[in-house]
Amino acid sequence: MRREVPLLITFITGVVFALSYFIPGGWLGQTERVFGDWITIVQAFAVWLGVLNLLKISLIKIQRKEHDWGYSVVIAVCLVGTIAAGMYSGFAPQFESFRDPETPFNFIFRNIFAPLGATMFAILAFYVASASYRAFRARNREATILLIASFFVMGGRVPLLDSIFMPIIDGTFFADFAGWIMSYPVTAGQRAIAIGIALGIMASSLRVILGIERSHIGGGN
Amino acid sequence: MNVRRPLCLLFAVFAIVGLSRAQDGDGADTASAEIIAEAAPVISPLPVPSVTASDVPNDDGSAILVEWELSPSDSVGGAVVGYRIYRAFADSGVFVVIGNRSARQNSTVNGEEVEPGVDYLYRVDVLAVRTNADGSSDTLAIPSQSSVPVAAVVQWFNTDRLWALIWFVIIAAATIYFIEKAKRGGNIYVRKIGGIDAVDDAIGRATEMGRKVFFVPGIQDMNDVQTIAGIAILGRVGAVAAEYETRLEVPTSRSMVMVTARETLKESYSKAGRPDSFQEDQVYYLTDEQFAYAAAVDGRIVRERPATIFYMGAFFAESLILSETGNAAGAIQIAGTAEPTQLPFFVAACDYTLLGEELFAASAYLSREPRQLGSLKGQDFGKGIFLLAILLGVILATANLIDLSQYFRIN
Repeated sequence: MRREVPLLITFITGVVFALSYFIPGGWLGQTERVFGDWITIVQAFAVWLGVLNLLKISLIKIQRKEHDWGYSVVIAVCLVGTIAAGMYSGFAPQFESFRDPETPFNFIFRNIFAPLGATMFAILAFYVASASYRAFRARNREATILLIASFFVMGGRVPLLDSIFMPIIDGTFFADFAGWIMSYPVTAGQRAIAIGIALGIMASSLRVILGIERSHIGGGN
Repeated sequence: MNVRRPLCLLFAVFAIVGLSRAQDGDGADTASAEIIAEAAPVISPLPVPSVTASDVPNDDGSAILVEWELSPSDSVGGAVVGYRIYRAFADSGVFVVIGNRSARQNSTVNGEEVEPGVDYLYRVDVLAVRTNADGSSDTLAIPSQSSVPVAAVVQWFNTDRLWALIWFVIIAAATIYFIEKAKRGGNIYVRKIGGIDAVDDAIGRATEMGRKVFFVPGIQDMNDVQTIAGIAILGRVGAVAAEYETRLEVPTSRSMVMVTARETLKESYSKAGRPDSFQEDQVYYLTDEQFAYAAAVDGRIVRERPATIFYMGAFFAESLILSETGNAAGAIQIAGTAEPTQLPFFVAACDYTLLGEELFAASAYLSREPRQLGSLKGQDFGKGIFLLAILLGVILATANLIDLSQYFRIN
């Protein structure tokens, strides 16, 4: 039963979602919407599962004074503090909603969470530079082609090359060439990958719906 | 325990708070300044000439498309600021507001609280600003004639997706055929995939170095097929890690993924004959937030310096942040995703990358189970069809005979 019930649920939901893509009306469409609501409800409850697990693991680390336990203190304090601020903001009579601009929860969101997230995103720029440096080294034929293509794409997009060669080549030759590389060879490659992905998703979904692929429910026959 | 680093972290948080507060202070003047649109004088704004309402095709009877001709007074810089859309039951005739649209917009879809088979009337009022003699301004609403009654209709089949259904049936039938053939013992050849073949060596390296293996299953939930594919690969990676007695850690960004990954790993350890080696805290939840998750995983990579890192699942902007950190930590990295925009980042930063479809094939490839390998043949059959269609389509389109793409288009 431990295997059969999840497989049956997977089969029924998979078939309903697949058919409702083609048949929008009637009981199929309604069932699909009901299943969608259930997914949202399960996910909402599952958040607590994760949060409590995080708190439990952090507290155990602190209690046992494991390696780097100080970070667990930061996690536990931030987690409990944010939940407390959210509860207070949600229930205090002076606020209409926990999202009000004056709530402590909103303060934490705007002044800690958002800047930290933006900082992480900004780091991406430096990683792009270091990754590009490695990727564009002309170690073999493919890497050399990539280097040449990227030289023209970057030079055309900036548009540095058109500015340099303006006295010799009039117009936007390099910008147009960069556009051609992006529109034809790059798009062709991306579409080939996209077709493969679409077929892969289809075959993978069929394996899951038919119960051939069972790793996600713990595997086994 | 070195308490300096956590203290530095706390200091950094306070510094960011201070900076962002300072930024808020700078922006306060701007925020408090009210932007008042200049109101152009109105002489006599004209109403919408006509309103038409029709059933939205190929849906479940829950939406009606409302279109109107723009008011002749609606011009750039004119007095018309928008349109207000009203709806009434045809039998009652009492209109209620259902939404607003900006100037120069001439349609909206009423998709809320629409019952199929019920007749509705629609009216669109022109909203215009009038400037009074004392300099104040107010908004006028000039009503239109109502539309003729219209009812939403349930469509039992979405005809826009007919060709998608046809191709789905053909490829699914081929997949099932190859699965059955494989079950009967037919010879199934699958080309070698370098990234998957390297799994054993990568875990072996971690064993030799006495370091951990990290498995990052992406940032999407279990309803994403990429996550399912990633978890399937985790099952095989877990079995090898259990066999080699190497510590495997799975930081997750979704609770459901955490639970599923735990079950999968527990089963893998049992299959490998080492159920006691599995510990629940090998799989842990960090956060649902994209960059907070990236920061947490990065922190663990930097501090614990795993020898091997797998990235299998759905990744977005955090892909390069994670893989570059892993690269800097000297880990051997194997990535797989079906997000085309993230593939170049993984290719640049990782040792092996499973490109798109290879992620979905990996589980079958690793299991060597005939039924799973058979499904890969169905996938290849589909690729063959599309390859032929592309070649034929190019020739036919070049000869200006027929546009084959219409049979592969989903509207």
